[in-house]
Amino acid sequence: MSKSLQNRSAALAEILSTNESSLVEDWLKQMSSGVRRFDLIKESELRSQCALFLKLLRQGCESGGTDLEAAAWGPMREMMAEITRSRAQQGFTPSETASFVFSFKKPLFDRVRARYQGDAEALAAELWSATELVDSIGLYTVEAFLKSREQVIRRQQEEMLELSTPVVKLWEGILALPIIGTLDSARTQVVMETLLESIVATNSKVAIIDITGVPTVDTVVAQHLLKTVTAARLMGADCIISGVRPQIAQTIVHLGINLLDVTTKSTLSDAFALALQRTGLSMGQSQPRGA
Amino acid sequence: MEKIPILQMGDLLLVTIQVDMHDRLAMTLQDDLTQRISQTSARGVLIDISTLEIVDSFIGRMLGNIAAISRVLGAETVVVGMQPAVAITLVELGMSLPGVRTALNVDAGMELLRQSVNGRKGNHYGSRF
Amino acid sequence: MAVVSSESIPVASEPDVVVVRRRVRETASTIGLSLVDQTKVVTAASELARNTLIYGGGGTMQLESLNGPRLGIRLTFQDKGPGIADIELALRDGFTTGSGLGLGLGGTKRLVNEFQIESRVGEGTKVVITRWK
Repeated sequence: MSKSLQNRSAALAEILSTNESSLVEDWLKQMSSGVRRFDLIKESELRSQCALFLKLLRQGCESGGTDLEAAAWGPMREMMAEITRSRAQQGFTPSETASFVFSFKKPLFDRVRARYQGDAEALAAELWSATELVDSIGLYTVEAFLKSREQVIRRQQEEMLELSTPVVKLWEGILALPIIGTLDSARTQVVMETLLESIVATNSKVAIIDITGVPTVDTVVAQHLLKTVTAARLMGADCIISGVRPQIAQTIVHLGINLLDVTTKSTLSDAFALALQRTGLSMGQSQPRGA
Repeated sequence: MEKIPILQMGDLLLVTIQVDMHDRLAMTLQDDLTQRISQTSARGVLIDISTLEIVDSFIGRMLGNIAAISRVLGAETVVVGMQPAVAITLVELGMSLPGVRTALNVDAGMELLRQSVNGRKGNHYGSRF
Repeated sequence: MAVVSSESIPVASEPDVVVVRRRVRETASTIGLSLVDQTKVVTAASELARNTLIYGGGGTMQLESLNGPRLGIRLTFQDKGPGIADIELALRDGFTTGSGLGLGLGGTKRLVNEFQIESRVGEGTKVVITRWK
């Protein structure tokens, strides 16, 4: 790190440490009511957030320049991520949280200006590095907000996927899995896992996969279905696909989709009758018949 | 050198794979089984993989080879007990093991073998009632 | 990205592939991967270790446990073997019905979240795979 950069962050650290309490006061005053959100956060909690921010800002400047990605700024990043999370829960928008950070600039710049009075060049340089630093922290809160939202959405999606793949035991050794909605690759993974585990748990030899609720069957969906059928077969269970509507049958032929030897039926009841035959046949086998 | 034991029950041969096999062990099993089928004129081979947590492409190929070789020697092979996670992984790898008959567990596997050994038609892979 | 732990495992003989499977399984289980995801990454490791041994003349695997942005496991397979002349071809599915030609890297790629391969003829091959929680 260049000496001038080092000096600048050291100077910033010094400004922060000598003005800690007054900085907090001015900062609080600086926050417009829109940013302050008296309705969402108590005075005491806000103060402690400000104080912690200042402390970590100072520590970061003391140890490692102004690059927020650097290891020295780890504690600041963690804290900002935590603040973003708790504020999101409290109901703050990402802009409000970012503005909370940006509103620190005015009190900080006032102090920087005071320190570098008379030295225009040094003042400009210091203001620039200070603004870069505070901006990067504000932007970081926006990123953190987005990331935590993605996690929530992902979790909700997983839960929905699990709920939407119910496996029903139709008979001894026969399972039915109605699929409702599109079958994408994420869904297919859940379907496979749910189905295969049910096969083991119920010792089922036949699984009927009903696709009445699948709006379109193209090559991709067909591949996913085939994957599921193949996985079940590897375990020793047969699959019958039911709910094949006439339009779907036409699409399958038009697209040249090869369903290999997977049996398909148009209705669930036809599939069930076939399944009974298949399992019933094995039951007949174990009763040796007299002459 | 360690070997995987092959049990004989009438005209069936039973193999339980419990250990994480390295490739040489797998090849040895293939050789041993081939020999035993021929020696005993076995009509069926049951391979229990219910405790096998990993089946990669090499083991998958081995299972396919055993099924093909035993068929040539007049025996049917059934692989039983594949774990769900293993089945999902194999499918993702692109292996479907056609030509290898499967069953949920040892009982179902024996049932399947008895049917084919008794010469009933229609239990071959690919044809259904 | 933070590397929590890192260890180097030799891939020089067949029993080493078993060690690779075991260590990857242990690490995957420690970071809490689901059973299916554990199986996938261990199987991928087995495939790549075998390639390193058979096509690469032996090499090493670097096993890293990651934390940031999420928990994850990263494996780097390196050899100083002949290298792969046509990487695109190698990435295509080499398996049809288990007749098993070629490296079949396409299948392995589907088992992991991230897959990178570098190879130079006459110098060697490096494959890096990552599975996130």
